Amino acid sequence: MEMPAPDPSVLARKPDLVARLRQVLPEGAVIDDPAETRAYECDALTAYRCAPLAAVLPSTTEEVAAVLRICHEMDVPVVPRGSGTSLAGGALPTADSVILGVARMNAVLETDYDNRFIRVQTGRTNLSVTGAVEADGFFYAPDPSSQLACAIAGNIAMNSGGAHCLKYGVTTNNLLGVTLVTMQGEVIEIGGPWLDAGGLDLLGVICGSEGQLGVVTEAVLRILPKPEGARPVLIGYDSNEVAGACVSDIIEAGVLPVAIEFMDRPCIRATDAFSGAGYPDCEALLIVEVEGSEAEIAEQLEVITAIARRHNPVELRESRSAEESAKIWLGRKSAFGAMGQINDYMCLDGTIPVSALPDVLRRIAQMSGRYGLDVANVFHAGDGNMHPLILFDANKPGDLELCEEFGAEILKLCVEVGGCLTGEHGVGIEKRDLMSHQYAPEDLEAQMAVKDVFDPKWLLNPAKVFPLGVSSARRRMDMAAE
Amino acid sequence: MKMRPESESELAEMIRAADAPLSVVGGGTRVWWRAVDGVDLSTAGLAKLGLYEPGALTLVAGAGTPVETVEAVLAEKGQRLAFEPPDLRGLLGVTGVSTLGGVFGANASGPRRVQAGAARDFLLGVRFVDGTGSVVKNGGRVMKNVTGYDLVKLMAGSHGTLGVMTEVSLKVLAVPEREATLVAEGLDTGAALAALRASLGTPFDVSGAAHDAVTGRTLIRVEGLKGSVDYRAGRLKEAVPGPWSVVTGEESAALWRDVRDATVFAGGTAPVWRVSVTPGRAVDLVSALDEAGLAHRALYDWGGGLIWLEISGAADGGAADGGAAVLRAAVDRIGGHATLVRADMGVRAKVPMFHPQADGVERLSSALRARFDPRGILNSGLMGRSAMPAS
Repeated sequence: MEMPAPDPSVLARKPDLVARLRQVLPEGAVIDDPAETRAYECDALTAYRCAPLAAVLPSTTEEVAAVLRICHEMDVPVVPRGSGTSLAGGALPTADSVILGVARMNAVLETDYDNRFIRVQTGRTNLSVTGAVEADGFFYAPDPSSQLACAIAGNIAMNSGGAHCLKYGVTTNNLLGVTLVTMQGEVIEIGGPWLDAGGLDLLGVICGSEGQLGVVTEAVLRILPKPEGARPVLIGYDSNEVAGACVSDIIEAGVLPVAIEFMDRPCIRATDAFSGAGYPDCEALLIVEVEGSEAEIAEQLEVITAIARRHNPVELRESRSAEESAKIWLGRKSAFGAMGQINDYMCLDGTIPVSALPDVLRRIAQMSGRYGLDVANVFHAGDGNMHPLILFDANKPGDLELCEEFGAEILKLCVEVGGCLTGEHGVGIEKRDLMSHQYAPEDLEAQMAVKDVFDPKWLLNPAKVFPLGVSSARRRMDMAAE
Repeated sequence: MKMRPESESELAEMIRAADAPLSVVGGGTRVWWRAVDGVDLSTAGLAKLGLYEPGALTLVAGAGTPVETVEAVLAEKGQRLAFEPPDLRGLLGVTGVSTLGGVFGANASGPRRVQAGAARDFLLGVRFVDGTGSVVKNGGRVMKNVTGYDLVKLMAGSHGTLGVMTEVSLKVLAVPEREATLVAEGLDTGAALAALRASLGTPFDVSGAAHDAVTGRTLIRVEGLKGSVDYRAGRLKEAVPGPWSVVTGEESAALWRDVRDATVFAGGTAPVWRVSVTPGRAVDLVSALDEAGLAHRALYDWGGGLIWLEISGAADGGAADGGAAVLRAAVDRIGGHATLVRADMGVRAKVPMFHPQADGVERLSSALRARFDPRGILNSGLMGRSAMPAS
């Protein structure tokens, strides 16, 4: 993965930069010792590492603004960082950049059940937002699998999804307002606890902009009343096609489960061996979860199991207790851990139309044979969001490159069948250079025009999202301006 | 003069060649757009239905496709546009046929906004021609997509000022087996709105919460499988005390069409506003109008978060600005925004349709418009601080 060479003039100004940052931040909030900046050298895409020039940990919106003003003035790139859980390298530093971490900004500022919103500082973790309201019967819906660790700031930057977004939507559908600090250090309030911010939907374009348009320090999030109960059903099939058809039929029947998860045989075997979930050894496994009161759950499961039976399942297991529910979810929730146990893996998240599922799985299996790398599939089937896990050996020379090549071919296939490169992880550096497969030059130009407006010097989270070649003129313009 | 391209490439050529402002028109049902100076540019020729996959809940269609056509196609498969796009022809006293492009361009969402989301939440992908004539696509036809910036959201609600949409792909949902509405008559506004907010705070998945202060009728809707709807309607009656009766089926649906379309104000000419506020502040907002002596009638939707206001006059006889000064000052105080939906040309000449925005937001928004439409020819002056109504 190519990253632009660090700007020597920025490196040379480090002492001056650090001194100025120390003037506006409290003691201990500026980290410049190379032994300590190494803590920020990567996110969850650990194959790529580069320590930043410095890292700052501001505690207030005003401090964030002060940092950005200094960096803007000194033409220093800034890489915003939530909890560093990005799988796409969204928080990977460059050697000439300042990491701006929001981890110290984790307060709940306002909770309003009457109007169903919570206002938080964005360093707060996803799960602790729900934690702040669940005793009163509410929850925050988007639930990325890293929710214990990941920050709302990163959720907004990547427009994170989760297993339950089939019913509740992703971050953008649950975000009502933000406090945004621009690269120039200006603090802007967009939206609020009312629905639909007026005027152009800036909120909509900020969400998912991967930290390239501004740093979001506070957010107004929609919270929802917790359903009375939830229960999954486990359905096994002896072919991916039939499982795919079952998913379509459930959706078409008009019941809207909160989640439809899909695992293929390699994934079933690995997770079962790892977790002891007791999954049947079959070709494809679906976990369908519905919510409501006991009677409502029964009513929905009746419709779903009737559809499932029409497709002749090899296994159909309805949970009868909380323990059984936990067991059904156990394997799915430990899928990534199970894979990590066996091997190094790369997790993709290309999204495809549900109808293309069987064909895509077949072609991935063919590619797997060709590349000689195993692949296990686990994904959110209701919305076509795949998660192929390609297994490789990081210690074997050339294996990572081979794996990346394989991954790129899968993602191109997703685009070819009418889908997209990434459904919830984001582009980051990982899929940056594949963007030209999904978008024509005019399409990328339109997106970069938005970046030009928010961050004319292209200092925020540079060298991400757009292919390096496509964005080079703009990034060079920034250098030339010095 | 009127331009009516029959294809995206023809549209792109027309925009490239344009040497005067264009007034972008879908079906012509959102008449206030026409307050823009310029040659009419109609998208009616871009009305081709594309791929419809009921099992994936997605549909692709030309931006000029009539909403009625789409709804008919969806109904055959038991599906619908879940964001309930309003039909404002009665309110605005116009004829014509609403188009998909118009609905998404206005981010027009109905009562189900509180539960299912806004129009923008159902727009998965767009193709559009920007003000330079460049053809751009963004998003796609899958439900989850974070590939690059979300220009889809930016286009939704941009009222034709960033580009002319040529094709949209959208998410649809199944029509539920049953709907039921709790109806109460005669609640005072404060009690009614408190009941609506309480209902939205229950786990019973309320999909509509409205109060018509003109007729004194309060409505709470639930939808889903038959047993579930009956259960939740029953539980809501316990959880939210009030003189509730329950109606179902077409009787329920008709009540919600009237809320969606603000039918109570149809046929009149007095200024009508659509105001978005924090639900719990709705009463404060309307009190501010009372204090200023501004006579009005109100329809509350979204649990009080959306207020349709008809301004009938002022105590001193003067409301030549349609109540704009008083209303917008009150909205600025409590947070939210007020859009002028219906007004005569006299009021329009004085009042921008959209709520003036704070400096930072305005600067970013106008810079975006300048980037996508550098010549300022697309619905010029409709949005933003420079917005001056047509003469």
